Order: sequence, then structure tokens, then C-alpha cells
Amino acid sequence: MTLKVERLVVEHGAIRALDGISFEVDAGSLAAVIGSNGAGKTTLLRTISGLKDAKLGKIFWKDREITGMKPEDLVRRGLAHVSEGKSVIPELTVRENLSLGGIWRNNKSELEESIGEVINLFPRLGERMDQRADTLSGGERQMLAIGRALASKPELLLLDEPSLGLAPLVVEQIFETISQLCRQQGITIILVEQNAMGALAIADTGIIINLGVIVAQGDAGSLVADPALKSAYLGY
Amino acid sequence: MHSPKFLKNPNRRRLLFFIFLGWLLLLIGDRVDELRVYQGALIAIYTLAIGSVILLTGYSGQLSIGHGAFMAVGAYAAALTQIYFSPPIIITFLAAVIITAIFGALLGGGAARLSGPYLAGTTLALALGLPTLANQFEFLGGETGLSFDVGFPPERYGFDFTLYKWFFWIAALATLIMFWVMQNILKSRYGRAWKAGRSNQAAAELLGIHVGRRKVLAFTVSAGVAGLAGALLGMISIVSPSAFPLSLSFAIITGAVLAGLTSLAGSILGGLTLVIIPEIAEAISKNVSESEAVSANVPGLITGVLLILTVLFAPNGPAEQWHHHKEKKKLKAKSKGS
Amino acid sequence: MQQLINTLLIGVSIGSIYALMALALVLVWRSTRVVNFAQAGQAILSTYIAWEVVNRSGSFLMAFILAVAIGGLIGGLVESGLMRVLLKHANEGPVAAVAPVIATLGLLAVIRAVVGLIWTNEGKRFESPVSTAGFVIGDATLPFSRLNLLIIVTAAVVMIIFSIIFQKTNLGLALRAAAYNPEIARLSGVRVATTRTIGWIFAGAAGAVAGILVSPNDSLTPNSLDTLLVFGFVAAVIGGLESLIGAVVGGLVLGVGLSFVLIYLGTSLIFPTTFVVLVLILLLKPAGLFGAKGARSA
Ligand SMILES: Nc1ncnc2c1ncn2[C@@H]1O[C@H](COP(=O)(O)OP(=O)(O)OP(=O)(O)O)[C@@H](O)[C@H]1O
Ligand SMILES: [Mg+2]
Repeated sequence: MTLKVERLVVEHGAIRALDGISFEVDAGSLAAVIGSNGAGKTTLLRTISGLKDAKLGKIFWKDREITGMKPEDLVRRGLAHVSEGKSVIPELTVRENLSLGGIWRNNKSELEESIGEVINLFPRLGERMDQRADTLSGGERQMLAIGRALASKPELLLLDEPSLGLAPLVVEQIFETISQLCRQQGITIILVEQNAMGALAIADTGIIINLGVIVAQGDAGSLVADPALKSAYLGY
Repeated sequence: MHSPKFLKNPNRRRLLFFIFLGWLLLLIGDRVDELRVYQGALIAIYTLAIGSVILLTGYSGQLSIGHGAFMAVGAYAAALTQIYFSPPIIITFLAAVIITAIFGALLGGGAARLSGPYLAGTTLALALGLPTLANQFEFLGGETGLSFDVGFPPERYGFDFTLYKWFFWIAALATLIMFWVMQNILKSRYGRAWKAGRSNQAAAELLGIHVGRRKVLAFTVSAGVAGLAGALLGMISIVSPSAFPLSLSFAIITGAVLAGLTSLAGSILGGLTLVIIPEIAEAISKNVSESEAVSANVPGLITGVLLILTVLFAPNGPAEQWHHHKEKKKLKAKSKGS
Repeated sequence: MQQLINTLLIGVSIGSIYALMALALVLVWRSTRVVNFAQAGQAILSTYIAWEVVNRSGSFLMAFILAVAIGGLIGGLVESGLMRVLLKHANEGPVAAVAPVIATLGLLAVIRAVVGLIWTNEGKRFESPVSTAGFVIGDATLPFSRLNLLIIVTAAVVMIIFSIIFQKTNLGLALRAAAYNPEIARLSGVRVATTRTIGWIFAGAAGAVAGILVSPNDSLTPNSLDTLLVFGFVAAVIGGLESLIGAVVGGLVLGVGLSFVLIYLGTSLIFPTTFVVLVLILLLKPAGLFGAKGARSA
């Protein structure tokens, strides 16, 4: 166990977005978080990464409580969050976006090295290093967003709907890459997705959220096989 | 309690209230010395100017830091009207209001599309630059300025009716009438629409309120009122660039913030404060040191500190803050009771 | 022809001062979303300090360095002591949107009063460190003087330093990222609150340079930088209020433009021109010449 969430309750003003969520994610595994619009997935990731405060409950990362810690401190503990909707800064160049990811380390050679690794993973970014991010295609932007997170050399990667608005072929590539990151580099990943099938196919475990509560969790394979879940939440 | 039928109508009640207030002021005006009478006129003028700012900022959400410029326009308009046409003074004041309102409408046409810092900066530029124009054009009288002469008080008021008392009467009456008018505008459909536009532009637009047009209207009315305040200020002093410095605009804003930007009723508190501050400064400089630097700068220091403290601790004005506090207490008491 | 070049040079000299003031305003705007009207106050305080140091030590260079450093310090103090508290405190209610601007006005009043209390309101003469007599070419004396040259060179050096910091360093990247998108910046480990303070420090320093450059050979009073504030604001708006390069270009354009108005049309049209330019830009090209679209509303 490396990430543990205990009875998390999060509110947006009067709206209770998460209502007592508990789960664990093992080190080096890939967990898919599935749920329909407004289920609370984004809220969950934002609370883990420190952007949003929890009302009740606790979050542990590598056996230390991180509830209420700031995102800028959590990055330094190996947490990276790719927020919903292509989280890149359009006014900056590709290189600058990637450098931003590793900026906290303040070490030029390490930064160059991690940028090199990102370019290996996404060669298309390498060809566009001095282009502004707003000139990239949607898929390239998503690659850049993931690349920015990877440049911080994370141990835990939170991905919020990376497939959003991308063509099926590109989605497949992105999922492939995500799976690689977990299998080959040992990064623990929490993948939030609407694309339930695609996400569960590459995940070890699945967590299904509806209206702020977990309705099912367990082995990804068994979730896919469950006919009741299938019709109710997985939508196919 | 039974009120007579005549008072059932809130409009009439308000009118009566203003008449009573006017009578009270006149009584006071009769019983104090000349300097106080002059200060009374000043309070009325500041109150009016503050009211114009509150009308704009508090009720339509637009921050103008250049109301001194509107006041200057009103003062010059009045002085020029008096010099060239010498109509009855009521007409002169009316001309000042209308001319400044037109000026405000022109500016408001542009301002409606601006918001926040852009509007603030533009009005700042106006406040700083407009009065200097007087130096460039001969007919505006240059640095020495023009005098706006409303004449002596009518003889039937008697000999001991001094010039300053006359000024005070005019200023107080004009202010009362204007506040009555402003109150009525705010209670009207237009006034409510402004408020809607202030708190949520998008929601107001959904309700079919044309925010842009309302903003222009708010600007127009506010400018007209400020123009009248400027004409009155010109009446008791002189119409020159130095009568409308940037610090006048700042003082008016300060008064409005202290009064609480969200309600007209506080204006008089703001007006009072603006007149009292220099008095305090005077007292301080007399006691601490005779230096001119002290008496010249302590008012600025006090206004600045008050401004900062108010936005920090009572952003909606001390009055509203208190109200809010009471409301909270009530709520607490209620939740305890249930 | 000669007059044309003269006008241009004088314009660049004035314009580079406007540009510095615009830079100061833009730096604060980008980090905090506030137009800092107190900038005129911060700059005048720094300038008086420079004046004092020149008087005591006779060294303009030392005065310049010291005053600019203190200008930066003042900027940092204003941010951490006032603006931070304000933005935390007063973020709801109908006047929340205008509260920061009002606070900067209050601060402007306070600083001016303090300056007046320390140095009195009487005009001080700030001696120019170099000759203000025009250069002589052949038998013609140009209006362009060594002081003008010093102004241009100093402003250029300051701008180059800024551009290196912003374009080439990690600090600059953090500042830009925090300005464009604080959330992504935080997720990348940037301490946004710190970058905000640094933005104000840079702004304070830039404003101080502008104040010191504009004052020599002129009378220094507690409000003698008010007009510079307005010209700086107009320059910043021409540049779009968001863009550092825009601020510099805006300042130069305004300076050169006004210089032409001054020499060919006369002083009386300086203010009307400025105001008309401001209003026209705001109405016709609301995002400035360099700004992003839709920046003006909200
Ligand atoms: N900033 C906010 N203010 C108010 N309510 C919010 C806010 N963010 C989210 N909510 C509410 O919280 C609930 C959960 O939202 P959340 O964004 O976490 O859902 P989601 O599962 O990510 O949905 P989607 O798949 O559409 O992205 C929703 O009801 C939403 O309206
Ligand atoms: Mg979401």
C-alpha cells in the first residue's frame, strides 16, 4: 500500500462532492477511477494533490499523512497531477512547459535528463521544443501535459481524463504510454476516466464512483466482468 | 401605530423627511458662527459628491477615481453660464448638471465597456489632466481661474444674513433635493437594475437587463450630481484648476468608502469626516509642531490610513459591517434557540 | 530632418521612462491582478531617498543603487504587509472587486504624506549627474543632452536585465508561469505567493528607476510623479497590461508620440492627446497591441 484515502469528505460550498471515500492503491500499480459526469472524480484528484481542502478524512502517502499539504510541497514528495483539460500553459513554449515540470529541483543537468526522457517517450514534442504550446494539436498538448508532470520525476501520477477530446487512435497511444509508465518505470498511477473500458483494460484495480461515493472497487478484470456494474455504471 | 393616510405612501414619507431635515439644518445654520456655516456648506457639498460616487460605485459596481474631474466640469460650466448669460441661479445650476451629465454620458459610453482597473486608470487620467486644460485656454481663466458669483442673498432675509449663510442655504437645499432625486432613482426600476448588474453581470443579462446601457445611465446621473457638487464648490471658493486637484478626487473616494459604498444614507457621515479630518490635522499640528509640513500632510495621512483600514476590516463600510455583525448574532441566537 | 531626429531622440528618452513605469504596473498586474496606483508613491519615496543620498554623499551612482534597492524592498513590503492580507480578508461582498484598487490609493496617500512630513512639500532640486546642455554638432545645439542619453542607456540596461531574468532563468520561468496559470505553476512546485512578492519587488525597483530618471533637472515634490503614473498606465494599456514587451513598446510609442505633439503642436495638446489615445485604445483595440483577447472584461 502506498496511497491510502480514508473516509474523505469534500464540499464545494453547499455541494458535497465526495461523501466518505476510502480506498488504497499499491505501489507501482495502476488504479482506474471511473464515474459519470459530476461523480466527483476531479474533486478526488484535486484533493489528493492539495489543490482542494478536505472537510473530513485523511490521505496518506508512503505512510505519512499528507492531508492539507500544499501542491507545491507534494510535488517535492513525488506527486504529480495532470489536471483536467490539457494542463499546459499555452503562452509558454514546449521546452518551457517541460522545464516548469522539473523547476522545483533547481538542477540543470537533472532537468535536461528528465526532459530527454520525456522526449524519448513523446518524440513529437522533441520536434516542437521552441513552439508555443498553443500551437500544438490537442493530442500533442495532452502529451505535453503528461510530459510536464513526468519532468518532475514523480512516483505517483494523477491523471484526470487524459483521453478527453482526442481521436480514438490517439487515445489508444496515450493509454499505451500510461500503461508503459506504470509497468516499465514503476510509477504508481491513478487514472480518472470516462472511457471505462479503455481505462480498466490497462488498470490493475478499478474504483467506481457515483455521486461522491464508491459503488464498487476491486480487481479491474472482475469489475469489467460484473454484469450489474456493466449496465449501471460502465455504460456499454 | 397609525400613520395618517398622507404618510402611507413611502415617497411622500421620504419627501417629508427631507423637508424636516432641511428645516433642522436651517435652524442649526442660524445658531453657529461664520466658520461653522462655511464648513456646513462644505459638508453638504462633499456629501453630494460622495453620493454621486456611491451611486456609481456602490450601485453599479464601477469605480471612478476621477469624480473631481466631473466636479470641475460642473464648476466651469456654472461659472461660464453665469458670466456669459447670467440667468437666474437655479438655471445656472441646472445648466451645470446637464452639461456635466452630457459629459458623463459621453465618457460612460466608453466606460461601459471598461471594467475594473481600466476604468479606474482612465478616470484617474481624467482627474489629473482635465483641470490642467484650464491653463491652456484663455476663456477658462488659467491658473487664477474664474469666479462663479451667485450674487448676494436677497434683502428680504435681513442684514445679518451673511454671504456664507446664503451659500450654506443653497448648498444644503441643492444637496437635499438631489438626494431625494437619487433615492427615487434607486428605488425605481432603473436603480434596481443597476444593483443587479453590480452583483452579477451574467445573471442580470439573463434577466434581460441591458447592463451596458444601465452603466452609461449610472455614469450620466452620477456625473450630473458630481457636476452640481462642483458648481457649489466653485460658488464657495473659486473655479480654478487648483480647486480641483487629484487629492479632491481621492478625498471624495475616501468619503465614499468610509460612508460605505453600498448605501447612499452614509454619505453625510463621509462628508462630515472629510471636513473634520483637516480640523484634526490643524489641532495636531498646533499641539505637536507649528510646521507647515505637518498641517499640510496630516490630513493625507489620516485619509490614507482610514482608507486602508476600512477596506481591510470593513470593506462595505463601517455601517454595513455593523449591520452584518448584528445579523450574524441574530442568526446565532436563532440557531441556539432551535 | 534634424528636428525630426531630435524629436525622435527626446521621445525615446521620455518614452523609456514611461516604459519603466509601465513595466512596474504590468509586473504587479500580472502577479496580483491589481493596478498599483501606489506605485507613484513607492517611486517618489525611493526618489527622495536618492535625493537625500546624493546630497549627503555626492555620488549619484551610490544613490541610484541604494534607492533602487530600497524601492524593491518597499514593493516587497507592500505586497507582503498589505496586499496579501487584503486579498485574504476582503474577497467577498459587493465591493471586493474594487477593494484592492482603493487600498493602493490609500497607500499612495499615506506614502505621500509621509514623504511630505519628512522632506516638506517644498520643491527640491534634484541635480542632474551629467550635463543637461544639448550636444553640439557643428554649430547647432541639439535639445538632446547627456542626461537624455544617460536616461536611455540606464533604462535600456534595466530592461535588458529584466529580459534576461524573465527569459533565461528559472526564476523568470516561475514568475511567468505563476502569472499565466497559478494552478499549473503550483502543481509544478512553484511557490506562487513567493513569486508574487518577487513581482512586487521587481516592480518597486523598476518604478524607483523611473522616478530617479525623470526627476533630475526638475522640481521634486511629494506628488511630482502623479503624471508619470498616468503616462505609465497609458503605456501599459497600449501594450495590453499583460505583456512586459508590450509595456516597453507602449512606453516608447507614447513617448515618441507625445514628443511629436509637444514639438509640432504645443504643450496644450499633451494631455488631450494622451487621453484620446487611451480611450481610443481601450475602445478599438481593447486588448492592447500585445495583450491576449478578452482580457478587458471581468
Ligand atoms: N468549483 C466548484 N464549485 C462548485 N461545485 C463544484 C465545483 N467543482 C465541482 N463541483 C461539483 O462537485 C461535483 C463533483 O464534481 P467533479 O468535477 O469532481 O466531477 P467529475 O466526476 O470530475 O465530473 P466530470 O466527469 O464531468 O469531469 C459536481 O456536482 C460539481 O458540480
Ligand atoms: Mg472531472
